[in-house]
This record gives sequence, C-alpha cells and structure tokens, in this order.
Amino acid sequence: MNGSYDCIIIGAGSVGVPAAMSMAESGLKVRVIDELYSPGQMNNKKAIGGIRATHSEYGKIQIGLRSIQIFSTWKEMYGDDIGWLSNGYSFPAYNDADEIKLNDLMIIQHKFGLNIRWISAQEYSELVPGINMEGLRGAAYSPEDGSASPLKAISAFYFRSLEMGAEYGFGETVTGFRTQGDRITHVITNKGVWACGHVVNAAGNNAREIGALADIEIPVKPDNHEGAITEPVQRFFGPMVVDMRPADDSLNYYFYQNDEGQVIFCITPDPPIYGVDNDSTSYFFPQVAKRMIQLYPRLAYLKVRRSWRGQYPNTPDGFPVVGRTRDYPNFINLAGMCGQGFMLGPGFGELATRIVSGDMNDNDDQILERFDLYRDFSGMEMFK
Amino acid sequence: MSQDYRIKEHPILPVNVDDIIVFYWNKQPLRAKRDEMISSALIANGFHVFSRHHRDGSAQGIFCANGQCSKCMVIANGVPVKSCMTPVRENMVVETADGLPELPESFPKITLHDIPEHVCDVLIIGGGPAGLSAALELARFDVSTLIVDDKHVPGGKLVLQTHKFFGSVEDSHAGARGIEIGELLAEQVLSHDCLTVWTDSTVVFVFKDKKVGVLREGRYHLVTPRIVLNAAGAREKFLRFHGNTLPGVYGAGAFQTLVNRDMVRSSNRLFIIGGGNVGLIAGYHALQAGIDVVGLAEALAQCGGYKVHADKLKRLGVPIYTRHTILSANGEERVESVTIAEVNDRFEPVAGSEKTFMCDTLLIAVGLESIDEFTSEAEQAGLPVFSSGDANEIAEASSAMFNGRIAGLRVAAALGKTTDTIPEEWFEKADILKAPPGKTVTQTFSPKRNGVYPVIHCLQEIPCNPCSTVCPTHSIHLEGDPVMGIPEYTGTCTGCGKCVAICPGLAITLVDYRKNQDEPLVTIPYEVSNHRVKKGDIVHCVDIDGNALADVSVVNVRTLKKARMQLIVVQVPAEIAQRVVSFRIQHEDVSKPIDKPVIPAGKNDNLMVCLCERVTAGDIRALVKKGIHDINMIKAVTRAGMGPCGSKNCDNLIRRIFREEGIPIETIVPGTRRPLYVETTLGILGGAEMNNIDNEKETMQ
Repeated sequence: MNGSYDCIIIGAGSVGVPAAMSMAESGLKVRVIDELYSPGQMNNKKAIGGIRATHSEYGKIQIGLRSIQIFSTWKEMYGDDIGWLSNGYSFPAYNDADEIKLNDLMIIQHKFGLNIRWISAQEYSELVPGINMEGLRGAAYSPEDGSASPLKAISAFYFRSLEMGAEYGFGETVTGFRTQGDRITHVITNKGVWACGHVVNAAGNNAREIGALADIEIPVKPDNHEGAITEPVQRFFGPMVVDMRPADDSLNYYFYQNDEGQVIFCITPDPPIYGVDNDSTSYFFPQVAKRMIQLYPRLAYLKVRRSWRGQYPNTPDGFPVVGRTRDYPNFINLAGMCGQGFMLGPGFGELATRIVSGDMNDNDDQILERFDLYRDFSGMEMFK
Repeated sequence: MSQDYRIKEHPILPVNVDDIIVFYWNKQPLRAKRDEMISSALIANGFHVFSRHHRDGSAQGIFCANGQCSKCMVIANGVPVKSCMTPVRENMVVETADGLPELPESFPKITLHDIPEHVCDVLIIGGGPAGLSAALELARFDVSTLIVDDKHVPGGKLVLQTHKFFGSVEDSHAGARGIEIGELLAEQVLSHDCLTVWTDSTVVFVFKDKKVGVLREGRYHLVTPRIVLNAAGAREKFLRFHGNTLPGVYGAGAFQTLVNRDMVRSSNRLFIIGGGNVGLIAGYHALQAGIDVVGLAEALAQCGGYKVHADKLKRLGVPIYTRHTILSANGEERVESVTIAEVNDRFEPVAGSEKTFMCDTLLIAVGLESIDEFTSEAEQAGLPVFSSGDANEIAEASSAMFNGRIAGLRVAAALGKTTDTIPEEWFEKADILKAPPGKTVTQTFSPKRNGVYPVIHCLQEIPCNPCSTVCPTHSIHLEGDPVMGIPEYTGTCTGCGKCVAICPGLAITLVDYRKNQDEPLVTIPYEVSNHRVKKGDIVHCVDIDGNALADVSVVNVRTLKKARMQLIVVQVPAEIAQRVVSFRIQHEDVSKPIDKPVIPAGKNDNLMVCLCERVTAGDIRALVKKGIHDINMIKAVTRAGMGPCGSKNCDNLIRRIFREEGIPIETIVPGTRRPLYVETTLGILGGAEMNNIDNEKETMQ
C-alpha cells in the first residue's frame, strides 16, 4: 500500500480540482488521480467559460450561485486573475415559442430569487450592438451571471489546493477498487494501491467506467461538441448570447467575449454525436459561422484563431449525478455535469467536502434530491 | 511624400514599371504599387511600425510576411487585417493598429455561400521543389492532383532564390538560378491537364472527416483527396535575446519575400544571425538588392553553410564572426543596433567581447524545422499521407526535387496506378544532394606562369558538379565522387570561361598569361551589377577570405545577359594572380563596430519567449522549476502559445528552457496542436468571399 487518504478524487478536472481544494482547506487528507499529465487536460480546457446560476431547478441554482461567489471573489481573496467577468447571460427570442418559454422559466427563476429580466429588442441592441433586429422580440437577460477563464481558474484552484496540502497523481489510471462489506477501502491504480476513507468519482467522460469498476451503473454518456476562439478585439458586446433556436443540423449555439477580448463560441450538433473524439471536423466552422453571422453580422470580420472538440458528459435527463451511492456509501459521485462542470465545479466541490466530512445541512439534502443516482431519469432539464 | 525604398535596379530580377495608386497611412497620402500587400507598400515608403502590442504597447512590424503571425496587423478601411496578406487598394485608409483593434461598427450585408467542395486523387500541400516534382511524376499516370501553395506563383522558395543552384546539371538543373528552376518546374506542371495549381492558397487543417480546409483568395474551400502529400516545407526557428520583439527583427524567409518578391528595400543596414546556407544566401540577396550587410554572426567555429557561400560574402566585404552570438537588438521603436559577443566552449557569451554595430534590421537564420502538422493531422484522420521535401527532412532544394519524385511515385503506387519500382539511383541522388558539406582542403596553386587556365577556389566537398560537365575539353574533374568531390583542373584550357560563368559558388577564376606574363588577366564572375563596375575602374582585389591583395584596374567588363551576370577582367601582378578571387564592393566603414558597445540591461529571465502573448523566459522557468513538464499546462497558466501564431515560434524556445533546466526531453508532454493553421475570418469560414476589403466597404454603405 502506498498511502492512506481521507478521500481519493478520481479526475483532476473542472470538478475534481475545486473539490480537492475545498477538502484540503477543510483539513482533509486528499489525493487526486488523473490519467493525464496536468489538471484540466480533458474537458476543462475545452469549456467555453460561461458561468450562470440561471438554471431551471433549485439544486443547480444553489450550486450555481455559490460557484459564482467563488469565481467572482477569487481575485480579491487570493490575488490571481482568473478572468472573471460579470457580463451576464442573454437569451434573445425571435419567435413566440421562445418568448413564452423564457418568460415561463423566469417565473421559476424569480421564485428562487435570481436576477433575470425580460428586456426589449431595443435595450438588447444596446447590449449587443449590431444584433440582427429583424423579428427580435426581446431577450431574457441575467446581469449577475458571468464568465471566467477555465484554464486560469483551474490553475488557480490547483495551486491553491497544493498549498493546502492536496496531493496529485498524474499519468495514473484507476484500474479497480478493493472493498470490504459496503465500503471501498482502497483505490488500485497502475502506480499503486491507496487506502481511502472516501472515493469521489469526478471522472467526467469516464464516470460510467469508474462506476463500473465498483459495479455501480452511472448513466453518463458523453457527446461531442466543437468550440473555437477568435483574435482579441476591444469589447463590443456585453453578455453571453445564447441562440436557442434549432436549425437543420444543430440545436443552440452561444458565444461571448472573454476578459481578453476574444470571442469564444460553441454549437450543439443535432443529432448528438456520441462518444469521445477530440478531432476537429470540417463541418463545424461552416455550420456555426453561418448561424452566428446571420444573428450578429458584425462577427464576420472577426478572425478565428483556434478550435477544439470536447465532450458533454451527459445524463439522460440533463441533470448531474451527485451524492453517495447505495452499494458503497463512501463512493460519492460528482459526475454527469452535462457540459456544466466548469460553472458548477466549485459549488459541488464544497458540497462534496460536506458529504465527506459529515457536515451536511438541510439545504444540501434538498439540493441533492434532484441529483440522486437512483432517480427517475425520464424527465429533461428545461434549460440545459 | 515620404522616401521611396523600392529596388530600382537588380542584377537578377526584372524591375517592372509599376501601376501606381495612392493610399493613406495615418492620413498621409502614400504611393503604392497596385495589388501589392499593404505591408510592402508601407515598407516601400519607409514605415516599419505597423501596430502596438495590446499587452505592452510596444512597436510591432513585419515578422513572418506569410500570414502566420499577425504581428503586422493594421486597420484597413476600418477593419483589422494582416497587412502582409491584404492587397492595398486605391484610396484605402490604413491606420496603425494601436492595441486591441476595434471591430468596425458598421457591418456589411455579406453573402454566405455554400462552401465549395472538391474531390481529387491527390492533394499536394506546397508547390515548392518537392511538391512540383512529385506532381510531375503523378502526371505520368494521369492522376488528378491539386497543388495548393500560399505564394503568388508556384515554385515555393525557389522563386525567391536569385542565386545559382548547386547539385548536378543533369539531375537538378545545377548552375541555373532558383527562380529559373522554379519557373521551369511550374511551366511543366501547368502543361498537364491532370494537375491543378491553386496559388495564394493556404491549407488550414486536415479534418477528421478526411476533408482538407483551404483558404483560397478570400474564400474557404473543402477538398476531399484520396491521398495527401505534405510538401509544405519548413519554418524558421526563432531565438531568445534582448530586443527580439523589435520591428526589424525577422527571419530570412520574410526578408526574401520583401526583397525578392515585392522588390522593396526593407532595410538599409542588415545584420544576420546564423551562418547556414539560409543566412549566407540572405546576405548575398541583400547585397544584390543594394542593402549593406554589416556582418554575420555564427555560434559555431565554422559556418554550417557551404564555404563558397560564406566566401562570396567575405570577399564582397561582409565580415563573418564565427563563435559569436547575439546579445541584443537595441532600439526603441525599431532595431537601431545589434550587440554580439564571443562565446566560450559552452556557448556562453564572454564578458568584454561585446561588439555593437549600427543596423536597422536583424535577420534570424538559425535553422529550420519541418512543417509536419499536416502529416500528423492526416494520420489522425486516417487519410493516407506521404511527405517530402523540407516537410519530411530539412535539406537542399536539389535533394527535395528527388525525394519529391520518389514521393510522387510512391503515391502513384499507393493509388494502384503503377507497379514501377522506384529507381535505386533516385534514392542515392536524393541522399547525395542533401549531404552536408564534407571535408575542406587547403588550396594549392600551380607554378605555371603561361597560357590560360582556371583557378578553382572551391575547397570544400559539396554536392555540385556543373564545372566538370561544362568544360569543352573535359579538363575539370571531381576528385573522388562525381558530385561530392572537390573539382580539380588538369589538362588543357581553351580560355572559354564557361566554368567561370556556370560555377554556382562563383569560385572559379580564369588566369590568362598569354598577353602579359608579368601582369596576367584575371576573369572574375560577378553577380552584383547594381554595384557598378566599368572598364578603367580601380577595384580592391581580395583573396578567398576577403583579405586585400592589391588595387588594380578593370580592363574589361563582359555582360552575359542570359546568365544575368558579368565577367570582370582585371590585370594584376603575376605573384597574386591565382589568389585573386574577387574584389570588395562594400566599404570597410560599413562593418565597423561603434566605439562603446551597448550592453543590454536587465535579466535574461526577462527575455521574451512567446512574442504573441508576451511571456518571458522567467515566467516559463518558474513553472518548470515547480515540476511542470506539460507544455499544455504552461500554456494554460502563462498563455504562451495561445497567440495568433499558434506556438510556431515559442515551442522551440520553451523546449530550450526545459533543456536548460536539465529536464529530459522524453519527460516533456508536448502541446496539443489545433486548427487553424492561420487565423481566418468567421465570414470566410461561413462561406463569404472576403478578399477585398475595399469592395466590402462599398457594400456597407
């Protein structure tokens, strides 16, 4: 045996790293294991960087609000610039159905105290100067949502977690678990055997495979999405723009201008392309560029710098899988983030710490209800 | 109006009568050649600072001249563009890009078309010597082949080479100039119906669905080939030194583009770092363009390039400083001087040995590396791929022509078009022609003081044989190897001078005692006719190393029009006749260091590694010292490699820091390469045609 830990986190990504940071801060002895060679090398670095609390459901809203707090106060608390921008999210509506859907959703969101409001087409064109006004009904706008750099943020969380005593095993692959009764006692990897009080499955794309090593079925199925980033220019529009309208071969797409002045964008292919394939396709650029330019003609002059492909570790109903498992109560899932691991990671990280240290409160129980592994997965998140 | 820095006279290249238009630079009206790139128009008017970096406000100018780096960004008719890739238009309003550019507020109704798709058997990326030679083989089997090249004409770097090529006459057109070989290959390629050439076109990526994205004259195309042949060539390595961000610091490739393609005198006084063939030839091209070459520094004890190239520079008056390195490019807005220093055995600069030279341009020519990304992308996509030329292995163009032919035949075989085996001699020739220089011998002189005979000043084994094939009496033989051997004259000489005229190294003179045994005539080959020499002039004759021999008078000047050179005949005392190789054209004062060297201030860790994002050696070293061996993590934390060039320049410099810190290369996790190869507007990727900023402006109103 190579060492003993309060918690072993599998996956040094958007979720695992802030979880490790939070656990180490609370005095837990924690080790993070990742098969790649640095933090955030799977999907963290593919994330667009949007951070919102304006979801459709209590748990995600709560986790989102806490995450925003952590991102937005990071610089002031620890000094590193993680590229936080309080630029808000916006959902322009060009048809009745979207206008109604967004306004209905706002009723729920207001109930949970979120700052989101309907703005007129005119107001919207001041936030996004040059947006296509033809048929624009207005937009849902949430000014307190924001964005940060996934790369800078995870690096900051990583270095902070190291300072707090977290340990990392990179280039290390989990091959199995040792169990005793209903407890996972050891994590076995290609590099050693680690004794543990708890195991956190924050393996993103591989969450299902990690679960399978303990005979736990976790319904996570990644699908592929491509994203890209442009050259930096002076700030010319405010919020994240999410165009919800489906098209022939794609669902929504979204873009925003980050703190460097670069526009980052991403599109959801339809039908989904399941699997894990990080190679870029030839159809992404024409597909997304046509739609973006149609919506916002000004973008045509912007030079695209780089593109990439990553995955949304999806669940059947679009909600994460978080919490203890029945077979092994010390096996905790922080999985199935459905493409929102970056924005939800810090909040879920703290929740995981409370689970591990037995510090849960009533609110946590309420949050976890929706994310239960044993729920009925037949519904669908309204505002994915 | 500003000064005119166009090349008005060139010994090799034709100087065309220009169609002149007017454009505006920061409100000042300037003259430009119609359709030339904005960058060249600005340089032709003496402007070198194009933009100010958004991180530190420092001046930026031309760097790659090839659309890869974005350092030359300007605002043209309100739109931020790469000035090296955007043609200047009548009345175009061009302005400095000061920090982050603004996206224009008004926007056009651009039309988005479907992306044109094309199918071919073979896509050849790069229309240089390797790509064109491969295409010619494919044409023998009528294989439908598309050749994509980012230059205005096919021929690759050949079309920028004004010097005569080495190699062998029968196999690789030795003795012909690069431009002539390029034209010849291009002409042959264009004569085949199955071969299509796209010029001004850049491959941006080989996608996983086996389609290749190509940017062609402002439109985006997708090509589906059955096989890819990567003949994209090489890129230049960059260096870390004080002032490496200054306008006026760039590579030899960019320099050749400016001087030999665009015919602008981008510099008045040039200093070169690197004594390989690339650096040596760039120096020679500069002299032909009327640019003073202040000096050349090489870190090793001997130049890595051919001795004949180095000798040509030395005897025209360019000093070569071996065992010297660059310490700094000095200046505020542009290179004003350069400081070099001697190095010790560990290649560290020796304090007290610093020398500073006034110059306005510093060329970095310290080696090439293969552009191999298209190969790995195609492999990743499962698309059969071959590579040839510099994209496969860095070597001379003459060798690239052979390994291009080999690759062409291999591709034809892979397509099932031929079962021919590749001739063994092609491999041998490709091998011989890429050979680095071999041994150097000491020159011996003939005691003979009568008749006429050639004196051969070619003392190093290089793959070159035109002299031995051109002699009508077969009196020049290569010792040992028929291509690599050192030429020797034995036999009879008719005094025809063909060997003098054909030698690519300009390393043969003819000594003629027939009229005057005490003061024989010496015929000297001369290719810098822009430095005029006429009958009766007194010239400063020099030996092979550029040492002064005597001031003598020119008795005859013969111009060989077709060969684009001159034969200068001087009369010299018999005792030095065989040692006279040439005469100095550049005055010694040009190369004098200033009295007090400029010693760069500041720590070495402040030196810039990632120019795009302004990341220093210290930033990177700090992470390496923390145990980070993953270049992706270095990128995530520092942004090194996230700029427009996509780590093309900094990757090597980052690896060097690992080496300095004693990190074994095999433990370094390489950075992931992603599309796009060059930045491209969203409009173009969406199907718009956007090659003409001016036309788009019209649609805006």
